Amino acid sequence: MTNDPKPSDLNRRQFIIRSTKAGAALAATWAVGYGLYDTVGPSSQAVRQTSVSLADFSVSGQQPRMCVARGADRKKSLAYALKAVGGLESYIKSGDRVLLKVNAAFATPPMLSATTHPILVTELCRRCFQAGAANVIVTDNPINDPTSCFTLTGIAEAARSAGAELIVPRQQSFRPITVPNARLIRDWPLLYEPFRQVNKVIGITPVKDHHRSGASMVMKNWYGLLGGRRNIFHQEVHTIIKELAMMVRPTLVILDGTTTMMRNGPTGGSLSDLKSTNTMIVSTDQVAADAFGATLLGKNLSDLPFIAQAQEAGIGTADYQSLNPQMVDIS
Amino acid sequence: MRIITARRISQIFFLLLFVWFCLVTTLGDRWWQLRGWSVNWLIELDPLVGLGTILTTRTLYKGLVWGLVTISLTLLLGRFFCGWICPFGTIHQFIGYLGKRSRSVAQRLSLNRYHRWQAIKYWILIFLLASASLDLVFDLLYLPQNASRVFAGIIALVLVISLIIVWRQSFRAVISIFVAAGVWMVIGLGGQPPSFFSASLQIGLLDPLPLLYRSINLVVLPIVGGGFREISPALRYYDGIGLIGLIFLLAVFLNLKIPRFYCRFICPLGALLGVLSRYAIWRIGKADDACRDCQLCEQHCDGACAPTSKVRFSECVLCFNCMDSCRHGLIGYRSAPSAAGEITGPDVTKREFTIACLSGLAAIPAMRLNGHLAANWIPTLIRPPGALAEKEFLARCIKCGQCMRICPTNILHPTGLASGIEGLWTPAANFRIGSSGCQLKCIACGNVCPTAAIRPISLDERLGQKRFERHGPIRIGTAFVDRGRCLPWAMDKPCIVCQENCPVSPKAIFTRVSFNTVIDSHMLTIRFAAADQIEFDGTPFQDWRLDTGDYFLAGPDTQDYQRWAIQRHTANRLWIRPNLQQARLPVSENQVAIQIRLQRPFVEPNRCIGCGVCEHECPVRGKRAIRVTAENESRHRDRQLLLQS
Repeated sequence: MTNDPKPSDLNRRQFIIRSTKAGAALAATWAVGYGLYDTVGPSSQAVRQTSVSLADFSVSGQQPRMCVARGADRKKSLAYALKAVGGLESYIKSGDRVLLKVNAAFATPPMLSATTHPILVTELCRRCFQAGAANVIVTDNPINDPTSCFTLTGIAEAARSAGAELIVPRQQSFRPITVPNARLIRDWPLLYEPFRQVNKVIGITPVKDHHRSGASMVMKNWYGLLGGRRNIFHQEVHTIIKELAMMVRPTLVILDGTTTMMRNGPTGGSLSDLKSTNTMIVSTDQVAADAFGATLLGKNLSDLPFIAQAQEAGIGTADYQSLNPQMVDIS
Repeated sequence: MRIITARRISQIFFLLLFVWFCLVTTLGDRWWQLRGWSVNWLIELDPLVGLGTILTTRTLYKGLVWGLVTISLTLLLGRFFCGWICPFGTIHQFIGYLGKRSRSVAQRLSLNRYHRWQAIKYWILIFLLASASLDLVFDLLYLPQNASRVFAGIIALVLVISLIIVWRQSFRAVISIFVAAGVWMVIGLGGQPPSFFSASLQIGLLDPLPLLYRSINLVVLPIVGGGFREISPALRYYDGIGLIGLIFLLAVFLNLKIPRFYCRFICPLGALLGVLSRYAIWRIGKADDACRDCQLCEQHCDGACAPTSKVRFSECVLCFNCMDSCRHGLIGYRSAPSAAGEITGPDVTKREFTIACLSGLAAIPAMRLNGHLAANWIPTLIRPPGALAEKEFLARCIKCGQCMRICPTNILHPTGLASGIEGLWTPAANFRIGSSGCQLKCIACGNVCPTAAIRPISLDERLGQKRFERHGPIRIGTAFVDRGRCLPWAMDKPCIVCQENCPVSPKAIFTRVSFNTVIDSHMLTIRFAAADQIEFDGTPFQDWRLDTGDYFLAGPDTQDYQRWAIQRHTANRLWIRPNLQQARLPVSENQVAIQIRLQRPFVEPNRCIGCGVCEHECPVRGKRAIRVTAENESRHRDRQLLLQS
């Protein structure tokens, strides 16, 4: 006698094993099927990311201040103007992380004044660090190719030489934002990545003619924070500029009117489009800064409806005189 | 009754059922038209459709749950679907039968021998499923940053397993595990994949049921059905049909060379069912290994699964021909394994699996680097109303052509390579073919779509009524007037067929009147003028037809032009209305001209839904003078053209 199982026993064992496996597979199939069963079908809209919101970056408990410095040297004008509004130290404290929203929209050299001048970028970064900033981030979502823009405008080199961090937007940098009470900026992609890391925001941009809206100054500069197909907002350009100003409550804005692009804005492209206006405006009130900037372009408030609209929305005052701006002459 | 008779009855039944379903996929309320027939049932029974859409969407949509029934029975019985139900399989089997009728037994035996290349269908299956599971792969890959706790749990588990392996002393395995975990962590914490890395559903290219539905609906029925008004009142045309027909013919006629060619070598569904049949409880096999080896049973073996030797059960389509042929009753369908041994799994090596898997994953960026899912989207690709946003749409569409078959106006067509390989044979509207544009009150395509790539919308949603009023109507594109081709714009011809036919209310096409001078004043010298007629020098109107009601005599007034409608004319005389007040006609200056009154069309994009009726009706028959492109379609906000006012 041997203890070997008979073939029929072997078969029975195999049969039981196989049946168990088949049964387990059956159970798994129906469990998965039941778990994923969908009688409704997909919804009409693609899945969206969760919205973000922006903090108020203005320094609380301060009267709105503004200074207009007259002079041809950007560095000097900036120094005097900052001093006149209480010094950068009253805005940037030790350990602050600062975002500089430059205008790097076009891949053009600084000479053409279509973008924020690199000397200003270096100087402002340096002063932020001097005031104790832990980190300074420079960013924009330009119209032309981003890398070319940051390189050709000299802004990349300016930021690097001052020790600031340059954020070139990528697809992942954007998150949807809905601005309260806004009609256009609803669930719209915002260049959010740099905002994650900062607690102060400074807008810094040149004074330019703009063919659609009349002028590209401080408020229009926030356009570069939007992503997506943002140019459809040109259908209501004044509303979008107002809403951009509603979206960003900056610590400080700097409007560079040392050279003003008088025509063919916002790209310009010729030195003949430019005019020396030797003015540097520093303000905590973006509406007032733009209202003053308009005078450099020889325009008044009726030419630039977004200024009045922004004032109406309670963002600031179009009557910059009411801020008693300090006028400094440094020539 | 012999079991193969039962099988044949079943096959014929399902083939006829399939043909019936194709025929009744016709819009209408007669009993033989689409009025509740579950025409998608055979697609729904196809578990590859269910599995594919589960991988891409993580849902099992409505009727696709039938796939579970097929899977369950396959787990118990083997590939019964291939041999007993699949209508494509039935066609193959029949043509294969015709092909081998005149062959000798030896030839038949060699035709039905198992071939190593039967593994190709598994490669295809792995390839297709891999590209459908990319989202899952990335979810796993980015687990460290998205669900760090789960990841930590897995790492802990890995540690425990490693300890066990170390205890069993296999250090190499431990090292590989640690390297894999390390790579996972580095990649998983390192960043995000580019947006084109999302799953792509391509099973429809070769899945037999979508393939058959597509071929019969779009190729065979328009040819055969052309003669029967009941099937379709007008001839049906399908653009880009050549490749579909070619593949269908090839698949069918290759059976003459090798029976069930498609099933054995290509069919990814057969491969899936083959894998699932691994633990089947009943299977084909020999009761006793000591048979006479006459091999007669293999001469009709449809699956080429070698029932006389070690049977490859994953290849067996349960045709039961072997059982029927064996004169000694040695072959049976039993719970005991074959006495000659059996091979249960598919003949795919690890290396082949890896290559097929990786190529399936790599195919996605290869297809998507064309940017069709990004900025380079194709404006001429008009998806039907209710179609999901392009990425989500492609994650569901199985290219079965049901929407194109049901479309009452015949405007839906299988896209050729215009939208890249990924969009091959997906539905898009062509407003030049067919009997009209996309009908305003029609929602047929979404309600027939088996996978909800086109959502089953209601009329209210389509038209933006009632609870959908806030969203407005579903737009599939916007019409643009091509002013260089439009008759009133470019050629001084009255037309506005587009405006008249615009079905939207209020109309999305409006007109502005303009008068264009067709005969200049320096060509016209007045000879005399009476109250209702004027005669000119020479024969200025000889080549003209000015009595159409659209032409006017115009003379400068103090403010503007004064115009008189031309009633009739000869070569040099006009009859006009209203009658002339002598004082107002500048006879002396001779400054009169002939003008035509034109209504020029404009599109109001806030109202246009892109239905294409205007494009369909436009009398410029070649490249239409008003054309719809996908601008402003509602399914994705990237397509938004206008700010909502």
